[in-house]
Amino acid sequence: MTTATQPKEASEKVDLWLRMYRQMVAIRQFEAQVNELYTRALMPGLAHLYIGEEAVAVGVCEALEPTDYITSTHRGHGHCLAKGASPDRMFAELLGKKAGYCKGKGGSMHIADPATGNLGANAIVCGSAGIATGAAFSARCLGTGQVSVCFFGEGALGQGVLYEEMNLAQLFKLPVIYVCENNLYTEYTHYTETTAGDILARATAFGLQAASVDGQDVRAVHANMQRLVDRARRGDGPGFLLCNTYRYHGHHVGDINREYYRSKQEEQTWKTERDPIANFGKWLIEQNLADAPVLAQVQAELESEMKKAVEFAIAAPYPTVDEVNEDVYA
Amino acid sequence: MPENHPHTQTAHTDRELTFAQAIREALAEEMRRDKTVCIMGEDVAEAGTPFKVLSGLLEEFGKDRVLDTPISEAGFTGLAVGAAMTGMRPVVDIMFGDFITLTMDQMVNQAAKVHYMSGGKWKVPMVMRTTMGATRRSAAQHSQSLHAWFCHVPGLKVVLPSTPYDAKGLLKAAIRDENPVIFFEDKMMYKLKGSVPADDYTVPLGVADIKRVGEDITLVATSSMVQVALGAATMLEEIGVSAEVVDPRTMWPLDEKTLVESAKKTSRAIVLDEGYERYGVTAELASVIATGAFYDLDAPVKRMGAMHVPIPFSPPLEDVTVPTEETVFEAARALCGR
Repeated sequence: MTTATQPKEASEKVDLWLRMYRQMVAIRQFEAQVNELYTRALMPGLAHLYIGEEAVAVGVCEALEPTDYITSTHRGHGHCLAKGASPDRMFAELLGKKAGYCKGKGGSMHIADPATGNLGANAIVCGSAGIATGAAFSARCLGTGQVSVCFFGEGALGQGVLYEEMNLAQLFKLPVIYVCENNLYTEYTHYTETTAGDILARATAFGLQAASVDGQDVRAVHANMQRLVDRARRGDGPGFLLCNTYRYHGHHVGDINREYYRSKQEEQTWKTERDPIANFGKWLIEQNLADAPVLAQVQAELESEMKKAVEFAIAAPYPTVDEVNEDVYA
Repeated sequence: MPENHPHTQTAHTDRELTFAQAIREALAEEMRRDKTVCIMGEDVAEAGTPFKVLSGLLEEFGKDRVLDTPISEAGFTGLAVGAAMTGMRPVVDIMFGDFITLTMDQMVNQAAKVHYMSGGKWKVPMVMRTTMGATRRSAAQHSQSLHAWFCHVPGLKVVLPSTPYDAKGLLKAAIRDENPVIFFEDKMMYKLKGSVPADDYTVPLGVADIKRVGEDITLVATSSMVQVALGAATMLEEIGVSAEVVDPRTMWPLDEKTLVESAKKTSRAIVLDEGYERYGVTAELASVIATGAFYDLDAPVKRMGAMHVPIPFSPPLEDVTVPTEETVFEAARALCGR
């Protein structure tokens, strides 16, 4: 019975893998441009780069339907792109332009887009745990079948509201998945200095289905996430996915001298041995699913696409001053 | 500007309800009208809250729409923000106004800012019902009137009803509003009776109400202070001073015009509120009047709020912390030079 469906399944998987590769490269190229905008002093304020963590956003979001919800974080560009945001309107938002997703009122840390189910990136650590849980509550009340995902960094494990939300989610059997991105550093402090006990146990204590995964392996993230999503969508309750990952850059673009909290050797090891894009590309080639020129082509295409998106944003107009009072109240 | 509702004490109907019953009726009517309206909070279902304001709602609407939560004010308030963004109209119940401290990130950094930060794309149509008011012998952590905190934050609306009629109409308007609205109920008023029509009416947010017409002095009062002001007005009448009592009903949006016009007419004003006087809503209201009616005022605008102390437990101590009919009467008499 299974032999007939196997080739189709395999080809669907190949499409998914190539799409995931492309998405990860898109995020990296996007972030490279952000860093460039910052260093050229073209971007107001700061940004928190997602480079190194691409497999998490992509593996998670590829397990979701377009109508499913996400909430994001201050390090949120990857989540927004993986959920379907357009780079040009994201860059416009980062530059405070009217064409941005939030008309320039939100900036890097607050990109929101109802069209892609993005409830908004949040600059309060753990600030969106309630919002994500509430979106799952609506999905259950309204019977829409949607699932909601709350992205947060391991720093959010220190916030009490996370545990209130997990308790509520389990009591109400809500279709929400809490995705913890442990990139090892809570700003400038190693997470072991701020996190007692076992991370997964904090979720299982409430009865959540929890899993820990190599966050540099997009296939592993996706497979684990898919199980939690399917389960939540069936009405079996919330889940928790711990993704072990690493950010290559500083806490924000201006965090250049990092030796006081982590070594260059450590950074180098993650970049050379654990890079999610390089390793996934190598695997695709080994499996004869892609060849090096094809992957190089993807890189080139996306680099060019991101440069065009930046040009669009630079050329786009700022909002007019009279817009400052708009959108305070609905 | 929506039509004013003057003299809500004047009977629209012979039917009388308590303040608590009026609130319950508003919730029940809105829940019948709109299936996305739900209630969540601590002991809201079977218990109907410790004040019994919600008694009977569980029986009619079931536990999927009247939800008992853990003692997690931040948790269920945050959940309500997300639910409101995605198609529900939650009404959260914060048992004592003192506990809003636990919800501040959800209300101030999330609910109030979602609409603006998203460039107007997401909205948060939720209501937070909570209580205020001292003199219940509940001490410092169950007696505060902290509504000024929310008035300070753009993106929020703040409602302080003073009569059963207003409570029903304002709560229905708050539930239908597209923004986060905080609805403060003075727990000492739950048994206050007043005329409340059985029909479906709303009182628009942002329209003050003249509770008593007068000529010599304006008493601007909020929530239970309206009753205090009316009592003081009766005492003033006896010494020949005609006091006008103006109830803004909503702190934001604020009907500045009605406040200023009344002060222009009477040339004197006292602003009464049970929140702390220092940096409180009385400062804002007095400023509105002082600026708007400057050339018509015969005396500085006087502010009367709670003393700047934690609310004490001991009755003789607690009673002096908030304005009373007597203190308002004395202040008004002095202001009028009598």
